[in-house]
Amino acid sequence: MVQNNSVGIVAPQRIRFNEPIALKSGARLPGFDLVFETYGTLNTARSNAVLVCHALSGGHHVAGVYADDPTNWGWWDNLVGPGKPLDTRKFFVVGVNNLGGCYGSTGPLSVNPETGKRYGADFPMVTVEDWVAAHARLADHLGVDTWAAVIGGSLGGMQALEWTLQYPDRIRHAMVIASAPKLSAQNIAFNEVARQAILSDPDFHGGHYAEHGVIPTHGLRLARMVGHITYLSDGQMGEKFGRQLRHGEHQFSFDVDFEVESYLRYQGDKFASFFDANTYLNTTKALDYFDPAYTYDGDLAAALARAKAKFFVASFSTDWRFAPSRSREIVFALLHNRLHVAYAEIDSDAGHDSFLLDDVHYHAVLRAYLENISV
Amino acid sequence: MSNGNPLTAIERERFDFAVIANWIPPGERVLDLGCGDGKLLRYLRESKGVFGYGVEIDHESVLGCIRNGVDVIQIDIEGGLSGFENQSFNHVIISQALQAMHATERILGEMLRVADEAVVSFPNFAYRTNRAAIAQGHMPVSENLPYEWYETPNVRFFTIADFEALCGKLGIEIRERLAFDDTGQAVTDDPNLNGSLAFYRLGRKA
Repeated sequence: MVQNNSVGIVAPQRIRFNEPIALKSGARLPGFDLVFETYGTLNTARSNAVLVCHALSGGHHVAGVYADDPTNWGWWDNLVGPGKPLDTRKFFVVGVNNLGGCYGSTGPLSVNPETGKRYGADFPMVTVEDWVAAHARLADHLGVDTWAAVIGGSLGGMQALEWTLQYPDRIRHAMVIASAPKLSAQNIAFNEVARQAILSDPDFHGGHYAEHGVIPTHGLRLARMVGHITYLSDGQMGEKFGRQLRHGEHQFSFDVDFEVESYLRYQGDKFASFFDANTYLNTTKALDYFDPAYTYDGDLAAALARAKAKFFVASFSTDWRFAPSRSREIVFALLHNRLHVAYAEIDSDAGHDSFLLDDVHYHAVLRAYLENISV
Repeated sequence: MSNGNPLTAIERERFDFAVIANWIPPGERVLDLGCGDGKLLRYLRESKGVFGYGVEIDHESVLGCIRNGVDVIQIDIEGGLSGFENQSFNHVIISQALQAMHATERILGEMLRVADEAVVSFPNFAYRTNRAAIAQGHMPVSENLPYEWYETPNVRFFTIADFEALCGKLGIEIRERLAFDDTGQAVTDDPNLNGSLAFYRLGRKA
């Protein structure tokens, strides 16, 4: 893959926070590490910092590539770089692996200082609110009082939204893409199927699989397969695979007959080879629990009353996981509060995953919005 | 404004903005339906300090709004304005766009639900040069109606008289009407014949 305008070789950093953090669940962590990457330069006014929040499987490696792993490009490299819509000549861009993640930030794979063993299932459940509280510590460390913008797709968009509620004075623009103000019953149902796949894997061992030297690969694989279906559109799957047969004819067996089966198995295998099952379980629960309106009798407009940021909201026409109507809920709650918002409903055939792609119009809209952010 | 020549498209747009702005008090909350690339809202923000949102369905226009730094909501208003709260705006504007929408009655009703007053501007299809074109056997094409019949975005072809009859039927109060010929001269004598551009300030009947 040719990478134009890339930030090039990057390296992750690690920061330790020794101050305990009280989590929304009531649990506490005595301290924690976050791994992160930065691209571009923080200006002297410290007014050009942009936080990129990741979704379920993403992490801190947003852009560029590693010197010792030259095919491992950041997950949003098409967006972030010199001359790209999120232009690193203008902005200081920060990617961070969320608390509880499995790419290096403190999480279930980390060693519990109290036991000397990996946390595994004992790692406390973390929420979107907890992630944002942890991000704020990173902002403090970086000298960023106020983000020029916080941007994210899907679950990342929820973090951008949460930033406007938890730290309304520390974020000027929230860019909430392919997201929702809370999960629907159907969204939660899909998450539950994914969790049951993991929880019922004999190798799960109540979440302490690491101590048994195994990984619940089978469950993770199934979880990813069902999740992956929700990231794509029916039309796109049909276009990509249709009813193509792997062996040219029906095999009358439960091996791969149809190409789409092969594709899903491949996606499941790939994911299970690098993602931690406990992080997956926790992250899906974080999604389920996220609901800023929960303590406002379901009134999202009331929940957003404390937000001050200007918003960019975007959805994709074929996204059925977080359909455009879910973004409109956010938009109308913002209108109620007389907040600035630009809302674009992008035509795309790629379903939920559209937010990761470099569709020309989508990127033009992002570029236009980002260009108007003063730094 | 008038030099005796028909207004060009750019002049007509400026003219449209100026007439509308004259009806918008400073600092108001404004909703602009079919806002295009947001130029009117930007003009109202800069000249009147309004706080406003545009509504637009066209992708390129939405991009234009974002480039212009205008708050825009990309939705299709043919289905109404559900989501917009009652009386949440001082003025709702539909400038040179009503003729391109199907759900005329619904949109007019919705406009006066979400705002205290509506401002509507549209091209009068009964203007004398349009009548002359029809009399010659052809659909009118002019600076004001710059499309051939087979490519026009307009879907509702109506006149000042038609519009006022519909307002009567819908219980909409016409609070003010201005009509101008194609050079930008105000018209008072038989506006349905002599008016090319029509502007209305509308409210609900008390």
